[in-house]
Amino acid sequence: GGSLLFQQVPMVEIDGMKMVQTRAILSYIAAKYNLYGKDLKERALIDMYVGGTEDLMGFILFFPFLSAEDKEKQRATIIQKATSRYFPVYEKVLKDHGQSFLVGNKFSWADVHLLEAILMVEEKKSDVLSGFPQLQAFKARISSIPTIKKFLEPGSQRKPVPDDKYVETVRRVLRMYFDIKAN
Amino acid sequence: MSGKPKLHYFNGRGRMETIRWLLAAAGVEVCLCGSLLFQQVPMVEIDGMKMVQSRAIANYIAAKYNLCGKDLKERALIDMYVEGMADLNELIMSHTFQPAEKKEQHFATIVDRATNRYFPVFEKVLKDHGQDFLVGNQFSRADVQLLETILAAEECKPDILAKFPLLQSFKARTSNIPTIKKFLQPGSQRKPRLQEKDVKRVMEIFH
Repeated sequence: GGSLLFQQVPMVEIDGMKMVQTRAILSYIAAKYNLYGKDLKERALIDMYVGGTEDLMGFILFFPFLSAEDKEKQRATIIQKATSRYFPVYEKVLKDHGQSFLVGNKFSWADVHLLEAILMVEEKKSDVLSGFPQLQAFKARISSIPTIKKFLEPGSQRKPVPDDKYVETVRRVLRMYFDIKAN
Repeated sequence: MSGKPKLHYFNGRGRMETIRWLLAAAGVEVCLCGSLLFQQVPMVEIDGMKMVQSRAIANYIAAKYNLCGKDLKERALIDMYVEGMADLNELIMSHTFQPAEKKEQHFATIVDRATNRYFPVFEKVLKDHGQDFLVGNQFSRADVQLLETILAAEECKPDILAKFPLLQSFKARTSNIPTIKKFLQPGSQRKPRLQEKDVKRVMEIFH
């Protein structure tokens, strides 16, 4: 034992470190690969945007663990939050500056995170972007970036939508046998 | 647009307290004029930006005032420690909002997590390198966060550091840093712990 600093996963072994805490890991990778903006102010914008998409994905994270009835309620909540609180913000950002990427006219972590969030919400309602033309164009554009395109193809590291087997495994490993209620 | 940062939040700790700590630690004076304007989120007007997302705000302040370590790897360590402590801090903060019948169990969870999961990690970090600060032999946001978390835990259980001698001396040492010392005195920006009587009012703001 002892590999998990706070006895939790995710843990990523990278550059001689055993990193825990999702945010710390993501920040390190983003900074290392120049996906974190060119200065403090761009970084601040990226952090704000990522915070928003993280909050949105937070509504989806525990979805697989809900009862069937709660899943229906939660699906409605996810769609409502996405279309009234979160998507309008990013739609406006893209409309206002007219650039291809969210921050600094350059591909960044914020773009990757937003695409991930869009795809996750679309798994709950496939036409959820119908009121958001900028986001539709954004989705198409970012999806065709070669590295992203490759990730979206079968055989990549990308994991499928959680199924019952996944839920069972997580419950067993984390000894998570209690019920999770929807927000 | 320079001038003092303006903090917009309700008059309590919540998601703004860590930001108050960081600004204080960096010796930054804040404008005492903010109010709760923008829904329920913490918002800080700083350097011409209206920033939301408490993590984004804290990251910006820490980087601006050199509290993030000297390179990517130190930053990674600091981030790991800060995020871990933020989890514990959140757990402690949520205690006041627990229904009466769950409070005792919740208290036990706080004490268990603090003394078995989190504090041993930082006790060991300090023991292994023998330095005054958590990362890179230099004051950073990790030290500020650890002190904030220790004090919050002690508010729950005053002798919670009993088995952690190095954390005790860390607490004493860090509390004596002039900017921190000032923040810990009455009249600073620091907010008191949320009282039971205020819970209802706060819940109304946030729900």
